[in-house]
Amino acid sequence: MFDKMLPYLLSGISVGGQYALIAVGYTMVYGILRLINFAHGDIFTAAGFFMVYIAASLPVQAAIPLVVVLTVALGYLVERVAYKPLRTAPRMSVMISAIGVSYLLQNLMWYVTGGLAKQYPTIPFISNSITIGTATTKVVTLVTPLLTILLVIALVTVIQKTKIGMAMRAVSKDFETAQLMGIKINSVISTTFIIGSLLASIGSVLYFSNYTSVTPTVGAMPGLKAFVAAVFGGIGSIPGAVIGAFIIGICENIIKALGYTTFSDAFTFALLIVILLFKPTGLFGEKTSEKV
Amino acid sequence: MIMLKVTDLKVNYGGIEALKGISFDVRQGQIVSLIGANGAGKSTTLRAISGLVNPSSGSINFMGRDITSFNSQKIVAEGVALVPEGRRVFSNLTVKENLKIGAYLRKDKDEIEEGIKDIYRRFPRLREREWQLAGTLSGGEQQMLAVGRAMMAKPKLLMMDEPSLGLAPLVVKDIFSIIRDLKSEGITILLIEQNANAALRCADFGFVMETGRITITGSGPELLVNKAVKDAYLGSN
Repeated sequence: MFDKMLPYLLSGISVGGQYALIAVGYTMVYGILRLINFAHGDIFTAAGFFMVYIAASLPVQAAIPLVVVLTVALGYLVERVAYKPLRTAPRMSVMISAIGVSYLLQNLMWYVTGGLAKQYPTIPFISNSITIGTATTKVVTLVTPLLTILLVIALVTVIQKTKIGMAMRAVSKDFETAQLMGIKINSVISTTFIIGSLLASIGSVLYFSNYTSVTPTVGAMPGLKAFVAAVFGGIGSIPGAVIGAFIIGICENIIKALGYTTFSDAFTFALLIVILLFKPTGLFGEKTSEKV
Repeated sequence: MIMLKVTDLKVNYGGIEALKGISFDVRQGQIVSLIGANGAGKSTTLRAISGLVNPSSGSINFMGRDITSFNSQKIVAEGVALVPEGRRVFSNLTVKENLKIGAYLRKDKDEIEEGIKDIYRRFPRLREREWQLAGTLSGGEQQMLAVGRAMMAKPKLLMMDEPSLGLAPLVVKDIFSIIRDLKSEGITILLIEQNANAALRCADFGFVMETGRITITGSGPELLVNKAVKDAYLGSN
């Protein structure tokens, strides 16, 4: 039984890590702006295409940092162009702007690729096969959870221990008072988008190395699932998003192992409905400790 | 010396004129109290000086510089700090982090540590709770923290919006004795209060605001015996 489950478990942990890297971007932006950044999944997809086009003319090792830089630039640009001008607008306007950006990016990708699936390059080392016990898998399956956990620990350390991290926590609580401290709200928000896009770009390299090709809508599903993970963990909470992502990744694959592959996506979204009904604040949702 | 000079300041909130052209000065080293009923425009005045709302006309001059169009961040850097209404401590940050963030624009690391120690000397309760989240403090402790946080910016002018609101009488007494201490250390204070009695007792100068205008001005002792002020804000005896 265990022998049969092992490859699924491994793949669940790996996919979970990839979801986690996307989910952190959702949850951080929500934590600061109270905005569901619908464009985040498309930024993840765009990172996939950046790799396709850059790897066409550069070795993959050199392409990866370039992909990260371009994705970060895209995330930053989206915030500056589509969200920053709406800083004082009602939250609904910003959300609609986010949906707009999402469609814009998707359509741009359709336009550029002509709607054809583009072959994703083979990433050296992490695409190699490896045998663990009875399971044969790619190195990426092992690299993903380790890298994810390292990155998340680094991120949490930044948020807890550094000055910019303290500013982020302050801004997430109270914009106006943060301004009174002399904090530049806009640079804190930019930093948040930069971190989110950075993690999404790394997640994208890990995720697509499991697939042969990229299409403009391929990021929608992992994006949505990462969003569910963020809600499941308690939106706004980074550890929550990560744990939620791992749980979803693992559950999906266990369901596949049991032979119900058709239902693995349905499970995730059923989970979303159940959480929203019974525990809308998620696993680690904001507790309210303030005295009024 | 005049530290803050507000001239014909007007502020509109979506068509409603919250400030209808007010002018007043704050002299260096003084405590100036703004008193008045709810909705008179007291908070709006402080918010405009802090750069949180944009005046529609008029000017704000601080230490000889026109700061009317400055954003909050620049105004803090000029040396104006606000203790906001309702304290607004960062409940998700520890007490110590709240103090540190008050010094966000300062670069002098060693002096910041000294500053924190100084705040702890003033408010020993905060030292005891150094590592607690600010949201777990009592109302009075939060007010001390909010004052401490503002002082961490090393302000030349400290503005306080209703520091005694919602606090127990004994704690209110503490707060006003802190305000007097700060004055004796040379910090200029612009104070808003509904507790007109206490506010005028410690004030060198006072203004009474009514529906967006300053209607009565005078020294603290003068206002305390002014008949109109007595009738409207101090109670009959």
